[in-house]
Amino acid sequence: MNWALLWAQLFNGLTLGALLVLVAMGLTIIFGALGVINFAHGAFYMVGAYAGYVAFEATHSFVLAVVAGTLVLLLLGLVVERGLVRYYYRRPHEDQILMTFGLGIILVEAIRAYFGGISKRLPVPNWGGGAVNLGFLYYPTYRIEVLGIVAAALIVLYIVLYRTRLGLIVRAGIEDQLMVNILGINVRRTFLIVFGLGSMAAGFAGVINAPIVTVVPDMGTLVLVQSFVVVVIGGVGSFWGALVGGLIAGEIISLTAMVQPAYSEVMLFAAMAIVLILRPQGLFGVQGRQ
Amino acid sequence: MSKESRKGLNRRSLLKSAAAVSAFPLVNISRSFAEETIGNYPAGVKGDSVFVGVIVPLTGAYSAEGADHLKGFQLAFEHLNNGGGLVGKIPTLSGKGVLGKKIVYKWADNQTKPGPAVQAATAFITNDKAMMISGCSSSATAIALEKVAQRYRVINMVGGSGANETTGKDCQRYAFRSQPSAYMAAKALAPAIGKELGKNRKAVYLVPDYAYGHSVFDSTSKFTEQQLGWKTVGQQLCPVGTADYSSFLLNIANSGADVFVNVAFGADSVASTKQAKQFGVLDKMKMIVPNLSAFQGKEVGAEIMQGVYGTLDFWWTLAETIPEAKIFVDAFEAKYKYKPRWLAHIAYTQMLVWADAVERAKTFNPVSVIKALESEHKLKMPLGEVYYRACDHQQVRAVPVVVGKKPSELRNPEDIYKVVGLTPGPDVVPPCDSTGCKLPSY
Repeated sequence: MNWALLWAQLFNGLTLGALLVLVAMGLTIIFGALGVINFAHGAFYMVGAYAGYVAFEATHSFVLAVVAGTLVLLLLGLVVERGLVRYYYRRPHEDQILMTFGLGIILVEAIRAYFGGISKRLPVPNWGGGAVNLGFLYYPTYRIEVLGIVAAALIVLYIVLYRTRLGLIVRAGIEDQLMVNILGINVRRTFLIVFGLGSMAAGFAGVINAPIVTVVPDMGTLVLVQSFVVVVIGGVGSFWGALVGGLIAGEIISLTAMVQPAYSEVMLFAAMAIVLILRPQGLFGVQGRQ
Repeated sequence: MSKESRKGLNRRSLLKSAAAVSAFPLVNISRSFAEETIGNYPAGVKGDSVFVGVIVPLTGAYSAEGADHLKGFQLAFEHLNNGGGLVGKIPTLSGKGVLGKKIVYKWADNQTKPGPAVQAATAFITNDKAMMISGCSSSATAIALEKVAQRYRVINMVGGSGANETTGKDCQRYAFRSQPSAYMAAKALAPAIGKELGKNRKAVYLVPDYAYGHSVFDSTSKFTEQQLGWKTVGQQLCPVGTADYSSFLLNIANSGADVFVNVAFGADSVASTKQAKQFGVLDKMKMIVPNLSAFQGKEVGAEIMQGVYGTLDFWWTLAETIPEAKIFVDAFEAKYKYKPRWLAHIAYTQMLVWADAVERAKTFNPVSVIKALESEHKLKMPLGEVYYRACDHQQVRAVPVVVGKKPSELRNPEDIYKVVGLTPGPDVVPPCDSTGCKLPSY
């Protein structure tokens, strides 16, 4: 047993997982609160990365790139909710899937038509260059910083969801939509804000991830699949579910890669299948929730 | 019961033998016709145009390669129909179509996957009566399309595909491949990296988990072990389209190797190279890329690519030494405003070689065209003289070996590699009896 490598892979699983948590969080909030399965989430993540790239090219500031990616996606989320998604709240899941899936294709192909298929470069920010010697591991500085960035973003999200009135309504909506309606709360506006927030999270994740992965039109596809797995493992609509599910997924990918690299993706789905068999509502899901 | 079944058996075998007997004269009759039906011939050549189906990846990990590929096809058809470019240099070609018939074409996106590729090819063959199909940038899809071509008896000028199997155990009578196989690339590369990096090195590989990746690993490890005495200390298999290579790179960093052989292709080659730099792998090890992706250098940047050895099907600076290469590069650049990459080169030259074979055969009848291609007739192309081997349908052509230039040496942003050698094709092709290729019948 190579202990140094094991520690390295465990640590790497943590950072891989952190990025998955970030993407999955937006997905699970929207899914949980609005009951909409957003198959365009991967495309949103990709648009975020491109928005960040454009902003970086113009300003050469990574912070501004993050701000741009996040705001563009907030705006996109609001427009999509008003223009499309709200008409689908009462329609079957199949319709929602088809609509959001189609929207995802349109976004990906629009970006490809404009930027081309060649990858774009959003470099690692100055404060994230180089690598750090952790004793057991030589690890890129930026990835370690990403851990902190993700943690900070999650804390903000936690406060919004658990310490504000808006969060209370969102969580109440996740638990029982009908009751929230009956209580006379403006669900319409809340839904708009939730969809915007979820999209924002995708855009933020896109820009944060861009210096690590390549910025290409298809970059969202794999992320979408993986974050769905995270949501299923963690339980739909659950903050803690997305967090724990993401970290588990990261560790599965990393540890499998250590033993049998070709199977790391497959093991993720195997884990999802096991969860679905033993606990269909997911680790943190509530049984019987719509 | 037993009586009945025996009766049934008898009746069935009787029917079978009757069918066999009646089929026999039928075969003879059809053979005696002056014009027999082979694939879409003659149905596909009745009009004043012939159809060619192009199947390229426009989405997925190899989409940048696919876009370049497609432009090469478009330029070739334009020149074949209206003259221009290398068409004027090949005596058999008129610049007024092929055998006087205009080439019409459609293209389809194969999504870098065999399924959609087979679907598109089948539609081109059955609906559009394609006389030839071409394209691909992934060996998995290329091999699938070779089988389609053989089944429908339609010629397939295989596009981008580097796996040995394409002209090895999966070779087909109806398929021809021009890109150097992994074997040819590795054999051309070995002496150059031996000179640069010396002997007794330890190499670790990042390998995409499909036919192409396995071929490149097998051939490169074989030649570096046999010719240079290198040791292969690890192989990391990874799925195509991986976004984050960190867990693979940790294993690679931990392998004790001093040479990192990166086989990932397309967008994957860019992501893996960039991340290898971030993980310090490129500071500890020398990187080699047996088959450089079309835009890898441009996307990764000269800072990282400097000193990296690899091979390419074609590199545009050959235009400075080979007149045919200059004609192609100039025509391409005039139309598309950038230097053509090697997938455009494959597409362009394959179409011209096919058109020349049709003209020499004086018919679109695929059997005659195949025989014209198998006659090993040599043509002057951007890489010098090229021809297809009759034994496995691999093109015998030179293999450019390149090294990444220092950022300060770049004359323009596209000037990423220096060609350090142009290894003659006959020196690097595998012996015919070693490829495992058994061509099916015509």
